Amino acid sequence: MALILQLAVQGAQMLLVLLLAPLLIGFVRKVKARLLRRQGPSLIQPYRDLIRLMRKEVVLADNASWLFRVTPYLIFAATWVAAALVPTFAAGLQFSWTADLIVIVALLGSARFFQALAGMDVGTSFGGIGASREVMIASLAEPAMLLIVFSLALVAGATQLSTVAAFMGSPEVGLRVSLGMSLIALVMVAIAENARIPVDNPATHLELTMVHEAMILEYSGRHLAMIELATFLKLLLYVSLISCVFLPWGLAHAGAGPKALALGAVAYLVKLAVLAILLAVFETAVAKMRVFRVPDFLGAALMLALLGALLLFVSRSL
Amino acid sequence: MISTVALLLWGPAALLGTAILAGVVSRRASATRLVYGAALVISVALLVTVAGHLAGRPGEVSAITLPLGLPWTGARFRLDGLSAFFLVVVNLGGAITSLYGLGYGRHESQPHRVLPFYPAFLAGMNLVVLANDAFAFLLSWEFMSLASWALVMSHHRDEANRRAAYIYLVMASFGTLALLLAFGLLAGPAGTYAFDAMRAAQPGPLAAGVVLALMLLGAGSKAGLVPLHAWLPLAHPAAPSHVSALMSGIMTKVAIYGFIRVVFDLLGAPAWWSGVVVLLLGGTTAVLGILYALMEKDLKRLLAYSTIENIGVIFASLGLALAFKANAMPSAAALAFTAALFHVLNHSFFKSLLFFGAGAVLTATGERDMEKLGGLIHRMPVTSFVFLVGCVSISALPPFNGFASEWLAFQAILQSPQLPQWGLKVIVPAVGGMLALSAALAAACFVKAFGITFLGRPRSAAVERTHEVDRWSLAAMAVLAIFCLLAGILPGFVIDGLSPVTLPLIGDRMPVQTAQPWLSIVPIAESRSSYNGLLVFVFITISASLAAFFIHRFASHALRRGIAWGCGFAETAPAAQYTAVSFAQPIRRVFGSFAFRARETVEMPAPGSLEPARIKIDIHDVAWETFYQPITGAIDFATERLNYLQFLTIRRYLTLVFLYLVILLLVLALWP
Amino acid sequence: MNGLTFDIAHLLAGSLVLVSFMMLYQDRLFALINVFALHAVVLALSVAWQAYIQDAHHLYITAGIALVFKAVVIPVGLHRIIQRLGIHRDIETAVGIGPTMLAGIGLVTLSMVLMLRVTPEADPLAREDLAFALSIILLGLLVMVTRRNAVSQVVGFMSLENGLVLAATGAKGMPLVVEISVAFSILIAFIVIGVFLFRIRERFDSVDVGALDDYRGERQ
Repeated sequence: MALILQLAVQGAQMLLVLLLAPLLIGFVRKVKARLLRRQGPSLIQPYRDLIRLMRKEVVLADNASWLFRVTPYLIFAATWVAAALVPTFAAGLQFSWTADLIVIVALLGSARFFQALAGMDVGTSFGGIGASREVMIASLAEPAMLLIVFSLALVAGATQLSTVAAFMGSPEVGLRVSLGMSLIALVMVAIAENARIPVDNPATHLELTMVHEAMILEYSGRHLAMIELATFLKLLLYVSLISCVFLPWGLAHAGAGPKALALGAVAYLVKLAVLAILLAVFETAVAKMRVFRVPDFLGAALMLALLGALLLFVSRSL
Repeated sequence: MISTVALLLWGPAALLGTAILAGVVSRRASATRLVYGAALVISVALLVTVAGHLAGRPGEVSAITLPLGLPWTGARFRLDGLSAFFLVVVNLGGAITSLYGLGYGRHESQPHRVLPFYPAFLAGMNLVVLANDAFAFLLSWEFMSLASWALVMSHHRDEANRRAAYIYLVMASFGTLALLLAFGLLAGPAGTYAFDAMRAAQPGPLAAGVVLALMLLGAGSKAGLVPLHAWLPLAHPAAPSHVSALMSGIMTKVAIYGFIRVVFDLLGAPAWWSGVVVLLLGGTTAVLGILYALMEKDLKRLLAYSTIENIGVIFASLGLALAFKANAMPSAAALAFTAALFHVLNHSFFKSLLFFGAGAVLTATGERDMEKLGGLIHRMPVTSFVFLVGCVSISALPPFNGFASEWLAFQAILQSPQLPQWGLKVIVPAVGGMLALSAALAAACFVKAFGITFLGRPRSAAVERTHEVDRWSLAAMAVLAIFCLLAGILPGFVIDGLSPVTLPLIGDRMPVQTAQPWLSIVPIAESRSSYNGLLVFVFITISASLAAFFIHRFASHALRRGIAWGCGFAETAPAAQYTAVSFAQPIRRVFGSFAFRARETVEMPAPGSLEPARIKIDIHDVAWETFYQPITGAIDFATERLNYLQFLTIRRYLTLVFLYLVILLLVLALWP
Repeated sequence: MNGLTFDIAHLLAGSLVLVSFMMLYQDRLFALINVFALHAVVLALSVAWQAYIQDAHHLYITAGIALVFKAVVIPVGLHRIIQRLGIHRDIETAVGIGPTMLAGIGLVTLSMVLMLRVTPEADPLAREDLAFALSIILLGLLVMVTRRNAVSQVVGFMSLENGLVLAATGAKGMPLVVEISVAFSILIAFIVIGVFLFRIRERFDSVDVGALDDYRGERQ
């Protein structure tokens, strides 16, 4: 019985992330529009976009291979599994021990690997430009992310995300310099990984300035819907990750009663809203960088993460 | 009852017999099938024997002394956990390569230059792993080197191959010299060359340090540690592709075996700083190797450079194990050591697979240059699929095997804040960062390798006439692809299988993994870290199928083929695609100026001029320029001077001899 | 309570190191000066916190001096100088950002290891504070070494001085007179360097200190 309940909570989490992800994007877009004194599209516009895309026909380039058609599902699956493994409203769920933080990072790496390949499949220069820039960004963002994981793991004594979240919620963690550095680095990595301003512009319409959009330029219809949904999920994943590690308050625990779970869900929604507003404000305040400024930006994140990890290796109290 | 090691020695003997037979019959049409078939059968027999030994009596040691070689020593051979594991690696690789060779070998233009040396090479590797005294070890090592040198020379009409073989020969001799000196030091004044005696004697700290340095030179040059790697990307691709796979996937592992045998087994308790040296070398090798690979546009050379990266990863894990072992932290040392051995096994799988794939591309198109390939996924669907599996595995992506061993290495790094020495505390996270960087760059590199070679549109006419390769080759690649997946989703079995290796060398082993619920791997405790490749695989499969099912149930099925978007220009030429060099350009700009002193110069024609604009890229091999050019320069200088000695009068020659004699006598007289 | 005061002091000192790092990768002069102002603000906060936990009221004055002079007066002055010199669009590319940052990390690690090794029995707050202060000093030196422009060298010098102030306030019982004199000496140094800058500019029509080398007879 307990197992069934646990599985139900796990299933609820998987559905929750899937359903919330477009809403989060809609919310960010809305806040950005309001900051620019525009009315902005409605909150549920991303859902409508997805449904519209599913109904449209697919226009496939002449020499697209089977890989091109399989990739959207692979990207979606890898991102969804990764997103479902990050605690949202409750930690220590049934399958949380399947994968730790390193695996979650690597799952996103798998999704990116296939996305870059799909970008090169059709054989246009835009796909190539997007793929080569994406792997350049990833080659700096991924090690930065792993070093952040090292810092968190050393503070909490585990790479298991539920354990980390539980530890960060306990009073013994305190304010630490290295955690501050990790937080800044994590935010920078999250911005780069989600192709947000200033690294990439999710709303650009000029092919030469695209990174993420250039890779998926050839996708349309249901394939594009899958990829868009995966992109939404990825943003939700990073926001959930930041909130569960650095704002762990209100997180329910496995086997908690419905009241705690409900409280956790409310706390989670509030955290999402706060972080989404911060993201929108930040994106409105800065301008997009040139592509070759991005390595400096991510290099700074990498160095910060390395410094944080080094401080922890040298002195456990920092 | 014949001992296992005696039984195993029949294998190399049979291989040597095959080699001699091949020398006789190599010009016949059936020779290819005969030699590779025999090698396949012998390798499988060896594999079965070792597997039976491991399954029945895993901890047992069996030794034998044969009345061969020097009359007063004989040749000693021994089978223990470590050599059994490496025998599995060698013979599994040998068997699958022979299977591949059954098909690939038929395309060989000069089979008589390959067939006799191929079984000899396999025999040499087997003997190195079994040897139990310095004499037998060095002899087999040199035999292995020479056999592989002959294979590198098999296409000797090509000037580049001759140069590669020459550099390889020089480096191999240099490596053997270093090993010889190392064994000389280990033998001590007693001069006993048996490993058992060396194990019993404990060298002093200075001697141990020198032995470590010599092993890093000797085994490191064979394995491809930076800066001793210069020969590797020249020699490995020069050989026929299945031999490239053996050299990259297996022979480098034999070199690692040599390093482990001496440093972990014979040398006794390590000093803590030895861990620092090995860690730093490993980390640097990993990053530089993969950066070189990214700059490469020749498919086989790219793979060879990526071997250097993986060797770096293995050495970094070994350095970590040394550091833990020196500080009496056996469980952490066992974790790091297991990660290293697991990566040895994994790399032998996916690197062989990738070289086979490159060989298939080479036979089908006649091209190794990626700039002339493209679009092969349509013409070689099976090859491209298995090559993709290899690319995903080597890029350390879950749920394949490369990730499992990399994950273990990261878990080992997270154990290291408990190390007492400040040097290690600072070095380990830096090396961790390097490993993470090299993993990310490896993914970039193999996106490039697969994307440029197999995706996009054909870049030359050669590609358009190609078709899929023969069934033997495909079968060999498919077997390796399945191994990559199995080792990735069931890592617990591999880890448990490695325990008889770690137990005698480290004194501890990782906890039993196969007893974990759901076949997870848990290095220390479940609340700390755990990974379940099987479930990740199942989850991805289920959610991808769910998504596909949902889409096909509810979404539109309409599909139209059209031309790709080209900014309004229809039908751009295939030459407008991204090339291998342009794909690597962003990464070259980020890391290149640092690692290769890369410079780009753009020449724009004057407005109105019809001349093409040119971009020129300068890349320097810093290791070659810093380490090798001074040496070759010094040798040139010395030979130039000594050349003068050729033109002396008889009287002067006599004076020289006389002076030499007097000096020798003086030394003898003054010797205390 | 005790843990939290420690943590906040650490966090402020750590942020100071972080801001020093931010200085390393600014390649525009205005941005560099703004980051320096931030550096001074964080320093003031840190000193004020030290004043609070050590209950040493004279440190509030030090914090005030830092806030007024270093966070407001000197940055505003430098802004003016830059505008008058007309070099606000200059971009500095003396050494690449990557190697500089790597060197910075090496220096921070060095100072950490050094300080934690030589003071094993000292008060943990003081020893880690000292380690941070040493890293800030070294990073300030690094800024001075890697920049060509005289203005950014001045900024590097003053961030170095901030590290000294941090070290001084961390050690209990530093007399106020010393701190005030240090602060004023910096101000005077600033004025002298400012005058000096204009002199260089008049002579060589550039504030690139590389131009000075041409007059030493070393370069041909």
